[in-house]
Amino acid sequence: MRAARTYPARRDDVRLLIVDVPTASIRESRTTQLPALLSPGDLVVVNDAATVPASLQGRDAAGEPVEARLIAADVERGPGHFWAVLFGAGDWHQRTEDRPPPPPVAPGDRLRFGALDAEVVAPSSLSRRLVALRFLGASDEPDRMWAALYREGRPVQYSYLAHELPLWAVQTVYAGRPWAFEMPSAGRPLSWEILLGLRARGVRWAALTHAAGLSSTGDAALDAALPLPERFEIPAATAAAIEDTRREGGRVIAVGTTVVRALEGRAAADGVLRAGAGITDLRIGPDHQRRIVDGILSGVHASGESHFALLAAFAPPALLEAAERTAEARAFTTHELGDAMLILASRAGASTGGADTRWIRPVADGLPATRSL
Amino acid sequence: MTTTNRNEELSAALVTGGSRGLGRALGLALAAKGRPVVLVAREAGPLEQVVAEIRARGGRAHGIAADVGDKDAVTAIAGRAAALVGSVDLLVNNASALGPVPLRLLLDTDCEDLERVLRVNLVGPFRLTKALAGPMVLRGAGTIVNISSDAAVEGYPRWGAYGASKAALDHLGRIWAAELEGTGVRLLTVDPGEMNTRMHADALPDADVDQLADPARVAQRIVALLERGATATGQRVAIRIEDRDREGDAGAPEGRAP
Repeated sequence: MRAARTYPARRDDVRLLIVDVPTASIRESRTTQLPALLSPGDLVVVNDAATVPASLQGRDAAGEPVEARLIAADVERGPGHFWAVLFGAGDWHQRTEDRPPPPPVAPGDRLRFGALDAEVVAPSSLSRRLVALRFLGASDEPDRMWAALYREGRPVQYSYLAHELPLWAVQTVYAGRPWAFEMPSAGRPLSWEILLGLRARGVRWAALTHAAGLSSTGDAALDAALPLPERFEIPAATAAAIEDTRREGGRVIAVGTTVVRALEGRAAADGVLRAGAGITDLRIGPDHQRRIVDGILSGVHASGESHFALLAAFAPPALLEAAERTAEARAFTTHELGDAMLILASRAGASTGGADTRWIRPVADGLPATRSL
Repeated sequence: MTTTNRNEELSAALVTGGSRGLGRALGLALAAKGRPVVLVAREAGPLEQVVAEIRARGGRAHGIAADVGDKDAVTAIAGRAAALVGSVDLLVNNASALGPVPLRLLLDTDCEDLERVLRVNLVGPFRLTKALAGPMVLRGAGTIVNISSDAAVEGYPRWGAYGASKAALDHLGRIWAAELEGTGVRLLTVDPGEMNTRMHADALPDADVDQLADPARVAQRIVALLERGATATGQRVAIRIEDRDREGDAGAPEGRAP
């Protein structure tokens, strides 16, 4: 499938592939039609994380070029601490897999990104490109760190795009706290026209915040481990809205894989969906038994992507393959500026048999596993 | 929708033009009520002084040095503010540009100067409101205050650029209010009256400062207006400090959008 190389003329008017699992049918519509495609009593849950300008160009102490792409806040170590993927010379114009490796770094090494100074805190066992970083002076002066980060950083983007993305282009219309390191792009087509249209139809919305990390690093071992553990926060009002919706027979529709991960991760760890902050390392695949989420609005994903694997928790393989073939044949576009897909699945919690088969995998040193904060 | 709950009282406020005049006074007054405040202003020096002043009084304040008339700055202002204080539930669009002083006749006003005034006084508040009202609507609560002027209503000679920008801001406010009806987010327009500020001195250097209101007192009235929470969205409120006999009244409503 072809990647969308630039943003659509109207954010909320892109093609929408609808996969209806109960009837095993696939049809095409447009995102502007979303209010009519859902039913009164349904609940749409969005990720309200704003996107950080997470790509920093800089140099190491020897003057060697290095790019850091922030992938997660290192909440274990505290304010000013992040996990970052390092690259050698180049920028988003090159494919990540073609980028030269970063200069070797060791704990204590300094990296300078314009006005932003960082120290390498620890390497990761997952990849030599993944390191824990600390921005200097950030713990006592968060104002300065955020000022420098927004001045020096650019949105993370990839080589299939035609031009550099401004920061506003990687935000959803409801973006709040800057927790995401790539845009939670399933929500990109949602305009207020659509959101207020949903409400007028009797479809409610709720939000959570989930720190979406990077989708690709170009390092095979690291890419295989994505997504890394990600932090999330589920407000009490959202947990209550989900409970009400499920009790009243409505469907919970997640906008994006990050929302699925937060809700299912929380429910898998605790057995129930509780409000609050946490970190999830839940990887969702075909064997995941959904407890909360009945459907997903997402981008169009190709088989082989981790996001595609997550979709397998919503639809049987044959139907997903048919959807992919349809998207391919009809020239749907992929990635963060591309077309959209809505999977309306069987009810969460309805499937039977089998223990919870979470895809638990080794977690890198220092990266936390699923738990509450 | 018109009542202010406890959480909203303690939630954060963002005030543009926060380094001096009414913006500074609003920052001090809001922080004194326990609200975390984010102040935005172009010049870092005076801004940091206000932030330090608020912190010295035990308040919580952050400064963001940025130009609200700069398109690329607005997403960063919203992001940085949210990073520092979580959600912003009160936005005060206070920053204003007069254009070149002494104020010029329209026939002598350069197009670029008119454009600059519109960019700061009209387009900047539009962009910032767009960036911050979205998450407010999602949460179902929030207040946006646009600071206007009687120059928006009266056709004062030499106030063409400023007056036109504020008249447009007033009308934008009416439409914001109409479109946000039922979302829990309200929009108020406040005409603070003539105040003893640098902007006033720039515009009317010969004015008798004894006749001008203290911005601190105007700020108190605006905070009282917000705390009462009873002002319906879409209203335009004129604050006149000389109305001493109307103690406890935060201002005279001038009607609201249909």
